[in-house]
Amino acid sequence: MTADLRTYLAHVELPNPVLTASGCGGTGRELAQFSDVHRLGAFVTRSITMAPRAGRPTPRMAETPSGLLNAVGLQGPGVEAFLERELPWLAERGARTVVSIGGGTVTEYTALARRLAGVAGITAVEVNLSCPNVEDRGRVFARDGAAAAEVVASVRAATPYEVPVIAKLSPDVADIVAVARACVDGGADALAMINNPVGMSIDVDTMRPALAAGTGGLSGPAVRPLAVRCVWQVHAALPGVPIVGMGGVTTGRDALELVLAGACAVAVGTALFHDPYACPRVLRELEELLQERGFDRLADAVGLAHRPAGAQPRSRSDLEESSL
Amino acid sequence: MAGSPVQVTGTVLTTRRVDAYHALTVVAPGIADRFRPGHFVTVAVGGRNSSMLTRRAFTIHDVKPDYGGTVELVFGVRGAGTAWLADLRARDTLDLVGPLGRPFPLPRDPCTCVLVGDEHGAAPLFALGDALQQRGCRIDFVLGAPSADRVFGALRARRMGETTTLTTEDGSLGMRGKVTDVLPGVIADARADAVYACGPMETLRGVTAVAVEFDIPVQVAVEESMACGIGVCMTCVVPVIGDDGVTRMVRACTEGPVFRGERVRFDDVGTIPFDALGAPGGRHA
Repeated sequence: MTADLRTYLAHVELPNPVLTASGCGGTGRELAQFSDVHRLGAFVTRSITMAPRAGRPTPRMAETPSGLLNAVGLQGPGVEAFLERELPWLAERGARTVVSIGGGTVTEYTALARRLAGVAGITAVEVNLSCPNVEDRGRVFARDGAAAAEVVASVRAATPYEVPVIAKLSPDVADIVAVARACVDGGADALAMINNPVGMSIDVDTMRPALAAGTGGLSGPAVRPLAVRCVWQVHAALPGVPIVGMGGVTTGRDALELVLAGACAVAVGTALFHDPYACPRVLRELEELLQERGFDRLADAVGLAHRPAGAQPRSRSDLEESSL
Repeated sequence: MAGSPVQVTGTVLTTRRVDAYHALTVVAPGIADRFRPGHFVTVAVGGRNSSMLTRRAFTIHDVKPDYGGTVELVFGVRGAGTAWLADLRARDTLDLVGPLGRPFPLPRDPCTCVLVGDEHGAAPLFALGDALQQRGCRIDFVLGAPSADRVFGALRARRMGETTTLTTEDGSLGMRGKVTDVLPGVIADARADAVYACGPMETLRGVTAVAVEFDIPVQVAVEESMACGIGVCMTCVVPVIGDDGVTRMVRACTEGPVFRGERVRFDDVGTIPFDALGAPGGRHA
């Protein structure tokens, strides 16, 4: 018997819990050469901005042990071109699309949410809070609960009620639970974590930073323990809030680790650069692992690592009624 | 499109040294079938539990019909990933994705083409030469490198090309200097109609300048570092002028690696030109 892999982002049902991570699946067309985008739990777009963005200069990428530093700088065509050329293509193929949005001010996020309101084919809106706030000396919104909550609240207010708003959090904070709680209080229906922690690499031959931008976001298996910790802490504090877990997921085992920590969905990011078939493979492996462990439903495994030591794994009847 | 790319686990058929370079022949039927000159493949390096996450991109030197189809890659050892590849032996397996990228466009009618290659960048020129000769084109080669052992494919070029001009910076083979020093002479002698070039950015910039001087079309295959090769990572961008005159940061892996030389803003590679679409503070922002 196959396990029931359906999962819910707030009230929206997804057929399976494996998503692409924002900025790692291109426009969807690139991955569609290898596997169908409608077989994903959802396709998460790169962060869409109001105006076209050329991004950062090259080199934008540096390989580190089990990781990758990147400083792409949200290169993209802007929201109008996205709505004209990219979203209809995804909708045509039956993909559930989570639109990630990024901005430099609260006003820009709000304007983006307004522009997306009522557009067909949007399953959820993900708010990329790791953008520099131009009104706060370029510090990212995700650093501070109040700034993050302000963005989330304004996006929530501008988004139709049937479209969930997901707040994407950064691990580069002193207390991720406080930021998570502020976002939920601000109206976030779900949380996504983790975005890239900021790292740096210096080329010892040129004796200069390896990236043109100096610093960049670290991704890949190197950050997975950080992701597990963040998901664990937030799920422990806010057990009723759906969490999309991500950070270095390359196999079904990695996905299951985040699920056990409390994620009800898992996004695959950097692994897509290495293996374009990563999403269907992770889903297959996750399903096999759940079956091996006797789970009929994915939901039964969500947050299971939180049970007290010695407790029976399947004794959590409270999950039966939960939307997780 | 000649067909969409595929991922295959290929078996290494042969490994050999070619002067300063390594050549690896891998059985990869799905890739060989779809190959056109200028295509590249990406390979995963380091084995199953590798700590190296980015795929390495290599142009395809040659495809052969043996064993259902083989591809040959040529590379120099530049880091841990290429060192791992150089240690592969026959019967080892290799994870390849390809064919990727935009191949070389071929002229509709027979004409005279100069093929310029710098170091192992010359690798894709021989399959291109074959395709051009099948269309009745005359081809002339210009191959260069810093030293004699790093000039790739001189022998094959001599067999295929109407003329072959070699350059080395230390003068150990052919003319002393760079490919761009001898190119004007070769174009003039052959009365060339078009130029194809592969190699480092600096060489491509020089070759494009010469071709523009002669007012003939030039197609260049750029070498830009990539993480994925399939167009999702957005790290291999170069500033290229589009048909509408607007400069965009385009992906070398997907929109390239072959571009019309005069469209690539070589002087601005490694920067975001102020007039590029979406440049910070630019007119489109």
